[in-house]
Amino acid sequence: MSNSYDANRWKRFDDWDARPLRLDQFAVEDPENGFSAFAGAADPKPGLTVEAGRVASMDGIPAAEFDMIDAFIAAHHLDRAVAEEAMAIPSEQLARMLVDMNVPREELVRLARGLTPAKLAEAVAQLNAMEIAFAYSKMRARKTPGNQAHVTNAKDDPLQLAADAAIAVALGFDEIETTMRVARNSWSNALACCVGSVVGRAGTLFQCSSEEAEELEIGMAGFTSYAETVSVYGTESAFVDGDDTPWSKAWLAAAYASRGIKMRCTSGAASELLMGYHEAKSLLYLEARCLCLQRGMGSQGTQNGGIDGAPLASSIPGGVREIWAENLLAVWLDLECASGNDARHSESEMRVAAKVLPFLIGGSDLICSGFGSILKYDNSFNPSSFNGEELEEFLVLQRDFEADGGLTPIEDAGALDLRRRAVDALSHVLKDLGLAEPTEVMKRSVAVASGSNDTESFAPRDVAVISDKISSRGITVIDVIRSLHNGGFRVEAENLLFLVKLRVSGDYLQTSAIIRDGHVLSAVNDPNDYTGPGTGYRVSDARRAELAAIRNVLDREEVLRREAASEAGEARAVEYRTMGPATRGEDAGEVVVGVSPGFGTKIFRTLAGHPLSAVLRALRDGIEAGGGRMRVLRIRHTADTSFLGLSAARLSGSGIGIGIQSKGTAVIHHKDRLPHNNLELFSNAPVTHLEHYRALGANAAEYARGELPAPVVVPTQGEALGARFHARVALTYAIETKMCENNASPEEMEITFLDGQR
Amino acid sequence: MTDKPLGTKDYPLAEKCPERVSGHRGKPLDALTIDAVLSGELEMEDLRITPEALMQQAEISRAAGRAALGRNFERAAEMTRVPQAEVMEVYELLRPGRAASKEALLQAAQGLRDAYGAEELAGLVEEAAEVYEKRGLFRTRY
Repeated sequence: MSNSYDANRWKRFDDWDARPLRLDQFAVEDPENGFSAFAGAADPKPGLTVEAGRVASMDGIPAAEFDMIDAFIAAHHLDRAVAEEAMAIPSEQLARMLVDMNVPREELVRLARGLTPAKLAEAVAQLNAMEIAFAYSKMRARKTPGNQAHVTNAKDDPLQLAADAAIAVALGFDEIETTMRVARNSWSNALACCVGSVVGRAGTLFQCSSEEAEELEIGMAGFTSYAETVSVYGTESAFVDGDDTPWSKAWLAAAYASRGIKMRCTSGAASELLMGYHEAKSLLYLEARCLCLQRGMGSQGTQNGGIDGAPLASSIPGGVREIWAENLLAVWLDLECASGNDARHSESEMRVAAKVLPFLIGGSDLICSGFGSILKYDNSFNPSSFNGEELEEFLVLQRDFEADGGLTPIEDAGALDLRRRAVDALSHVLKDLGLAEPTEVMKRSVAVASGSNDTESFAPRDVAVISDKISSRGITVIDVIRSLHNGGFRVEAENLLFLVKLRVSGDYLQTSAIIRDGHVLSAVNDPNDYTGPGTGYRVSDARRAELAAIRNVLDREEVLRREAASEAGEARAVEYRTMGPATRGEDAGEVVVGVSPGFGTKIFRTLAGHPLSAVLRALRDGIEAGGGRMRVLRIRHTADTSFLGLSAARLSGSGIGIGIQSKGTAVIHHKDRLPHNNLELFSNAPVTHLEHYRALGANAAEYARGELPAPVVVPTQGEALGARFHARVALTYAIETKMCENNASPEEMEITFLDGQR
Repeated sequence: MTDKPLGTKDYPLAEKCPERVSGHRGKPLDALTIDAVLSGELEMEDLRITPEALMQQAEISRAAGRAALGRNFERAAEMTRVPQAEVMEVYELLRPGRAASKEALLQAAQGLRDAYGAEELAGLVEEAAEVYEKRGLFRTRY
């Protein structure tokens, strides 16, 4: 350690600089230059005038000066039948209605049809973050929450796509989305995910994000069932650079519906800022324009909430609150909301978890519009907020809050079986349709691989060939269904037919539609009916049990089983003999060690894993090295460290005692001190090692001699020991407290170490 | 079909009134089976949504208070009659800078009206033509 006391900076800043958070870039608020979440320099004041049934001005802009976005909103979003009534309500009052559980969702949705973008933005801007979160939960369209996964990989390997799609389905994702590293691989990716997504369960919707025309063609061939790449923007110039207009997008919306394909638009804060055309308007106002457009064009829903602009939005003060606010606007406008939480907005895991929380606990049509079900490096959309790496953290958050995030834990063995099934099914289809010849090595490597770095599968060129063949031969989902069935994958064939049949009735084109247990569930037949506690979505007992069933949970039997495994070793290492009731010692050099009721009888090692025989030996060695003698008593009336120590001290000839629990927590006590005012405490048993017990023994002997030794310090590295051990501690300790008997007197113990050493 | 518009209680159509639903070539839902796939009877055309189904979904949307969504389904119903190539051609024409003048869009609109009776779609394209002219979008982009 260097003692540079003349440094000109507090070193804590160096620590802070090293945190992942500091990789995030933050920007100063600058409304003139578009860096404002809620209050842009050029944000208009809300207003609407209607003359002779036509909108004469909107948000301060006369109709003659409307840009194409204003024009579309005025023509297609604003419902003149409610506009006058709705615009007359003060924004503060609208804000209060949003958080008032007694004002039904339908009433607010009705009013939203008559509100201008500036008015909508002004109303939600009144709400603080918690109010926005609550209002979102109340206003979202479908009652049952859902989630969407990304399934991609760095090689565009179809076998891995199939395996990963099957896993995403098993995890409970309602939708899966793929895209490609190389554009021409789109058909191969679509076929692979399509097959994987029907393994295990029917009804997971699937999309392949690609170029607009091709995406529609892939949909028409039956491989995909939805699309969400219909992006809209909040300024005219950004829209034009995005190579579309509100009318071309409205055309696409109709095109998807006309082919029986579910569709939602996409928009998110800061896309205009990123594209260089912000018009000095706030993120929220521009997003309000986007969302009014989407409602107007008849999109059933939106992928919204920052999306690719989330990192930039989050660099601005209030940016994350704004992202929540725009999601609220989306659901207020009665749109299905795939609520972002995809493009990772921060390197800080805390910022990520904080941002997703309202959607996890309050629900959302699709909480993430791209939860990375694969590893980060395999995500061809860029890393998500949650990825394959962090997936179990999401499962645990569900369990923590008893909140339905749409996912269900999976088991080791079942997962591998599913992956093999998906790989086999796709391999059969690839061979049968003459697209490729997967080898056993490829299949085996993919089944067990966590990510594409571990696979020996198709090379990128092979994938391009597969993709071109699918496209050029006009292979459709019917060919795939037939092939699956002929290959013995009959359930998968049925599942796939079920999915494509959905498009005939068009039921899943309605707002917020997903498929659960073979039934379409949407805002029409499963509307969010929240009107206060006890209403809206509630986790059922059965669902709660699923959410709770994460891996590796400890119970009492498991603790006893683990202890039993140590018991035999201890029986060979040490013998405890009870010698009758203990008496007060006469030896002024003795240190009495009071062990707990379960010490060496039910529990055999400390939390750090040290056998109790070794701990006793270390204590004895230390005491003797300090010039003392150890006498061991079994304390039977308490298992509390302080009282173990004090009881031992009061029977000690020196007045010094050591109390030790079987889990390893120890104390040095003096007979005249108050119970919880000891001489030295060793409370962190998981990091207390044999040398510490030895030093503890030595110090006790020094106290017995009347000296004042330097206290033993057990260093910690800041481990969350409670998180790591307390479940086991509580179970272990309960075993000991159950053995305590009121007024039972301590017993003299004779300890014999059996391994030949003294 | 009855004259009374469908309501939310008729939804999902495939479950509540499957008799109203059929594929593009008239096959009822319960004829869309694996056996039909294996025998070659079933083609992609049979899995295409019909204008009737879209109009029924539009009625349900309107009953649920979603008129804008209903209008989209009505446009989509018209579009089921438009061949894919033409759908993509008009889409392309609607993108900024593709049409050199208002006239190109108006012609496309008239084509939709004449060939497919697509009144709603034609109206949408004509509306675009007006706005594009006002906003100077008939400019070359590349």
